[in-house]
Amino acid sequence: MEDTLTEAPGTAADTTKITVRGLQVYYAGTHAVRDVDVDIPAKAVTALIGPSGCGKSTFLRCLNRMNDTIPDARVTGEICIDGEEIHDARVDPVQLRAKVGMVFQKPNPFPKSIRDNVAYGPKIHGLTRTRAELNEVVEKSLRRAALWDEVKDRLDAPGTGLSGGQQQRLCIARAIATAPEILLMDEPCSALDPIATAQIEELIDELRNRFAVVIVTHSMQQAARVSQRTAFFHLGRMVEYGDTGELFTNPADPRTESYITGRIG
Amino acid sequence: MTATWTLLTLLVIAAASFPLGRARALACAGGDSCALHSLPRHYGWASVLLTLGPALVLFVLLEMTAPATPAGSLAVVACALVALAWALRRMHPGFRARQTVERGVLALLMLAACVAIATTAGIVLSMLFETQNFFAQYGWREFFLSATWAPRFQGDSDLGILPLLWGTLYISLIALVLAVPVGLFAAIYMAEYAGQRFRAIVKPGIEVLAGIPTIVYGLFALITVGPLLRDYFAQPLGLGSSGSSVMTAGLVMGIMLIPFVSSLSDDIIAQVPQSLRDGSLGLGATRSETIRQVVVPAALPGIVGAVLLAASRAIGETMIVVLGAGAAAKLNLNPFEAMTTITVKIVSQLTGDGDFAAPETLVAFALGLTLFAITLCLNVLALAIVRKYREQYE
Ligand SMILES: Nc1ncnc2c1ncn2[C@@H]1O[C@H](COP(=O)(O)OP(=O)(O)OP(=O)(O)O)[C@@H](O)[C@H]1O
Ligand SMILES: [Mg+2]
Repeated sequence: MEDTLTEAPGTAADTTKITVRGLQVYYAGTHAVRDVDVDIPAKAVTALIGPSGCGKSTFLRCLNRMNDTIPDARVTGEICIDGEEIHDARVDPVQLRAKVGMVFQKPNPFPKSIRDNVAYGPKIHGLTRTRAELNEVVEKSLRRAALWDEVKDRLDAPGTGLSGGQQQRLCIARAIATAPEILLMDEPCSALDPIATAQIEELIDELRNRFAVVIVTHSMQQAARVSQRTAFFHLGRMVEYGDTGELFTNPADPRTESYITGRIG
Repeated sequence: MTATWTLLTLLVIAAASFPLGRARALACAGGDSCALHSLPRHYGWASVLLTLGPALVLFVLLEMTAPATPAGSLAVVACALVALAWALRRMHPGFRARQTVERGVLALLMLAACVAIATTAGIVLSMLFETQNFFAQYGWREFFLSATWAPRFQGDSDLGILPLLWGTLYISLIALVLAVPVGLFAAIYMAEYAGQRFRAIVKPGIEVLAGIPTIVYGLFALITVGPLLRDYFAQPLGLGSSGSSVMTAGLVMGIMLIPFVSSLSDDIIAQVPQSLRDGSLGLGATRSETIRQVVVPAALPGIVGAVLLAASRAIGETMIVVLGAGAAAKLNLNPFEAMTTITVKIVSQLTGDGDFAAPETLVAFALGLTLFAITLCLNVLALAIVRKYREQYE
């Protein structure tokens, strides 16, 4: 759409989209995220890596205020998107979430048809004018999520009847159909075969031209392949954050080094 | 008396067979429980089943043919003892006791299912029998198609079901129109919006409401709602001056059904996985959009079930109708007119001191069977809807 306005990738990655300062998240008994400061660039892919339970998903859920839906989660600190504090009373979490899309760790297709799953976002936000336009959005999203060929003949079949990996791609298609500015992806390839993984990585690379993408992954290779920035989390803290190439070849922190070489985790 | 003693003796033998079978299997394996095919307790249960099974079958057969003779009791106990001896002989380590126990559990469950079906069939059959007697004396065409209900003791009555059927459907419709939306919205509020503390207080409160006997609701209809509707709606609007009316009974029945619908739907809505809500909220949907488009559709089969249960209750309700709508059988559209339902007439036809063989009394069975057929159709319809829906969404 606005390709003419797109800046060259090199400079774009330098503008900051999300600024996080002093972020803390507490659940009823646990302090899940501690003192996180980070600047997430626009038009780049940021990977979050770290051992299981270190707070990656929790951090990700802060960025679109999904932690609001957990009754005993408490978030303090500052998160600014485009310079606007998202916890501000003037910010509507509903609009925020339309702008900051999310693909969840567990695939959660709605009990609706495949078409209605993808059309859900465009419909509630009124993004299309005609039925034809909506179908076009559905097809395009499914194609980009590498699912179209598998489901094009059964768009009216229930989304919950797909396989685990297909459901995961359906949820990706559903998220990109809403055309968010920032896309948060929590282990989007965890149930995918190498071919589908490659297609999703291609999609992520393409999304980077317009969106900021934050992806959680347990695969170092994937982080190295798709991201420009990488953050390493450990026990709720962000231990290290920097250029992906730099972090993987020359980690500053001994914990990062032992994680990426497979000694802790 | 002999039957009770026989059963008690059987129980004692069965209780003894458990440790016996277990010990026997263990002894055969030289005390090494790992050498057994199944766990030691499976051998215990298997001997219980093998002992009790044949004896109980014999007991039931004897009871049906020649009830409670001492010889019969002796035969049953002897059968149990023989079965026990035979079971113990089979308790060697290679015996697949686990499979025997599994089959026993299966048989028990099937038996329970059969009891449920058999009693239903029995009820229908006994109704069918009396209904047949009724139709032998009274034409079915008059029964189903006549629009007057006027039983007379000296005979020659008009026994048309239409006014009663109409009253039943009219009152139930009013009740459901009130109870379904209010109950469903209350359930949505309770499950999706209400805070922990509010829920903790209100939910038990609603359940108490659901437990109030319907006669109490009937009194409420008689002394409060009926006069209120008459004085403030029926008379000013010129729609009649009857204290008891379809509207009174319908509204009070609706009030009775609200907690019923809401507590069932509340449980169902609470079971919709949080991940679905998250998925919808994460796409920027508001809470009400999420409820309307994701939560309620996901819970719909259960909600339909709850509504149909409520409908069955409404159709079968008697007390509220007697006290709220009266006992006059009329075929009328005016909701402020007194009318009555099938259930009320069943009671009044059976409780009179008329001749039991007269059509005026026997008509109660025909009415009951018709009611049964209606609720059955309703349930089949519900199942069909739910199945179609499941197909689409699961
Ligand atoms: N809803 C919740 N209620 C209470 N504690 C939670 C909740 N969600 C997460 N936690 C806790 O917060 C910590 C971080 O969890 P989180 O899900 O963010 O980990 P993660 O890094 O995403 O792990 P994984 O790689 O396994 O997905 C864990 O200790 C977890 O037990
Ligand atoms: Mg996670």
